[in-house]
Amino acid sequence: MHHYADEISIVFGGAAGQGVQTIADALVKVLKRSGYYVFACTEFMSRIRGGSNSTEVRITGKKRRAYVHGIDFLVALNAEAVDHLEERIGESTLVFAEKDHVEGKEISNFIDTPIAEFAKEAGNPVFSNTVAVGVVLGLLGISLDAFSEYLSVQFASKGEEVVAKNIKAAELGYGFGKETAAGNGIEVTIKPADTPSDELLIDGNTAVGIGTVAAGCSFISSYPMSPGTGLLTFLARKADEFDIVVDQAEDEISAINAALGASYAGARAIVSTSGGGFALMEEGISLAGVTEMPVVVHIGQRPGPATGLPTRTEQGDLNLSLYAGHGDFSRVILAPGSFAQAIELVQRAFNLADRYQTTVFVLTDQFFLDSVASVERSEVVRLPVERHIVRTDRDYKRYRLTKSGLSPRGVPGYGDGVVKADSHEHDESGHLTENFGIRKEMVHKRLQRLEKLSREALLPELFGPAEAGSLVVSWGSNRGVLEEALEKLGRKDIAGLHFSQLYPLNPQVRGMFEAKNVIVLENNATGQFADLLNREAGVRVSKRILKATGEPFSVEEVMEALQEVGHE
Amino acid sequence: MNNMTANPFDMQGKDINWCPGCGNYKLLDAVKDALYELDLDRRNLVIVSGIGQAAKLPQYVNASMFNGLHGRALPVAMGIKLANRNLTVIAESGDGCMYGEGGNHFLHAIRRNYDITVIVHDNMVYGLTKGQASPTSRMGMTTSLQFNGVMLEPFNPVAVLLALDAPFIARASAADGEQTKEIIKQAVSFKGCSIVDIFQPCVIFNKINTYQWFRENTYYLPEDYDPTDRKLAFEKAIETEKLPLGVIYRRDERELYEDLLGITHIPAYEHEVSDEAFEKMLEEYR
Repeated sequence: MHHYADEISIVFGGAAGQGVQTIADALVKVLKRSGYYVFACTEFMSRIRGGSNSTEVRITGKKRRAYVHGIDFLVALNAEAVDHLEERIGESTLVFAEKDHVEGKEISNFIDTPIAEFAKEAGNPVFSNTVAVGVVLGLLGISLDAFSEYLSVQFASKGEEVVAKNIKAAELGYGFGKETAAGNGIEVTIKPADTPSDELLIDGNTAVGIGTVAAGCSFISSYPMSPGTGLLTFLARKADEFDIVVDQAEDEISAINAALGASYAGARAIVSTSGGGFALMEEGISLAGVTEMPVVVHIGQRPGPATGLPTRTEQGDLNLSLYAGHGDFSRVILAPGSFAQAIELVQRAFNLADRYQTTVFVLTDQFFLDSVASVERSEVVRLPVERHIVRTDRDYKRYRLTKSGLSPRGVPGYGDGVVKADSHEHDESGHLTENFGIRKEMVHKRLQRLEKLSREALLPELFGPAEAGSLVVSWGSNRGVLEEALEKLGRKDIAGLHFSQLYPLNPQVRGMFEAKNVIVLENNATGQFADLLNREAGVRVSKRILKATGEPFSVEEVMEALQEVGHE
Repeated sequence: MNNMTANPFDMQGKDINWCPGCGNYKLLDAVKDALYELDLDRRNLVIVSGIGQAAKLPQYVNASMFNGLHGRALPVAMGIKLANRNLTVIAESGDGCMYGEGGNHFLHAIRRNYDITVIVHDNMVYGLTKGQASPTSRMGMTTSLQFNGVMLEPFNPVAVLLALDAPFIARASAADGEQTKEIIKQAVSFKGCSIVDIFQPCVIFNKINTYQWFRENTYYLPEDYDPTDRKLAFEKAIETEKLPLGVIYRRDERELYEDLLGITHIPAYEHEVSDEAFEKMLEEYR
């Protein structure tokens, strides 16, 4: 008997180019439209064809946004997928594959699934993907209607015959899935949401993209680099509709300088890259610092050093963004923990950048960007666009000294004044100077805003019992996994604290850790945020739960790591 | 313009950091006079520069300025132009900044062809860092670093530009302020990425390519020279005996990057997000 009442994890594995992603995309859309809570995440190799990739699709009774290690159903499209995922195949995993894909392998629950045969019967081996989705829907006992409708739309441009053959392929798979479920005692009773709410099914790239559009961003220049490319592609598709300039730069150095030029002329500008690409932009961050030019930098993190693991995930670029650029100046670092939060936080990033004339980083990672989950429409917040641009008069001075350290920001072509931005140390009018007195004032001016920024800094969010003696800290993409692990552990003595603003920290943060046993969970090798917490807020961290294999944390391993807490 | 006080681009009472006799003074005058004679609205002009002695020029012009990083004038200029195409954008810097540190940006600026003017102060030496070879230094010139003489062939900007089919390529000599001004005027009026390489003596570090050397080793293209003939322009570009001055090549019909991208004349600071379009976008994900 295989009964799944609360959740199920279905993994599709195959070579690049075999359609693993296509299958998963179709399945999550169909499941979402059928009213289920779904979450999907993907791991893939850095190659265009071949290799071994997999996508996990979770159907859950509650909304989840985390990766689980265990596999309930594995649909393996080739023999390598079984080898690649061997370590995740447990005694209860049902493996659906062609017979020859598992030859000579010890698998407790193998179900011979003639996907290719059904595809051929439907008219073409290319329908294998459609068959596979059909099989899974049959196993789940979910009506085929939504999938048939999906296929009709998806293949409409290819003609009625192709649509009909795909539906036939889906039906063959579906029939097989239903029979198999009945014959093997497979029962999935996860309930769809009681009241179907207005939901959007998006991936992390789309979340960051929606936030960028909503913020009134009108300029992106970037050089393709996984996983930062997704935002560039997203905005390219929206460029006409929203009047966004999308420039594929010749290198990252060009990208950041172009963004600063656009910002100087009054645009809300963003660059999107990964750690390696950002390393090239550092000089530009220093330029943004001295010229007090607003800019938003999106870093989709992946494991370094250097080329590292190009298609994998890590939270290893916190220190890079914290220390990027020579000289002392202010900055802000944000890291969303959910898609809804990403949409809001990106808008906040632009508002902060404009208001404080500074660089605002948004840190995500491959796991976050390539994951798929649903967001309620009501969670899609739109913040007012706060530009803080003034019309210049004849006596305008770009770096006028003020009490707050912030000078009214003029842009060229708007008003009667001239706007001089300078990478040298400069006087109030923007002309280079070597006057030590002015230098002192300008250094102070550029750093002064940090105090206000920290007072306005977002506070971390607490979940779990407030009175718990142990506090587990996560940041950015590790919110979902921590939330789920803590909930499943159900311990009264451990709570979670998620930071979506990493720098500067709110002065109130210090107090939140008083008399607490502090554990920090992060996806890097050294505990970069744990160090930051210690340095900035004097927090003593008793335990660091770290992972830098290139994979995200799984719910199971976080639960295991937390099991010891309080018993050490 | 001889009546300098009337020029609105003049900066009053500004201490200039260049050495006495520097070719940059003549270049500065030529630029300001060209802008004045073109009757450009000072408020809609931005001069972008990188780093180097040449790159200090916009510090001494009464107009908006972005004095950025070494080698990075062109990406900044592009960002400005694409964010507000109503602005007149001039990028200027030295040969080290444009052809050395910024070489990649230089190539790709021409491929994109956005409407800016690029002025390169070509003094064949590094001034700011005190006299090392530049990409355009002649072979054999001895410097503090190349004490046995420059070993490498000089970079030929005009030939490289022609290979890229740059739409406006001119060369001038700062020693002749009047002609330099006229060439700059043509370049600024040109719709597209116009480049002017301007020979400029460095009186401190380049004792070879002096005012006199430039006078003796250059000549103006004759009046019947056809600048639309690319093959002929190539011939001129690879001449070594005497170097040609004037508009070497122009091609007026090349499409602008702004137009290829469909950029409107609404400046970016007025950008608005339509609620209707935003809702429509969300619809895709339902």
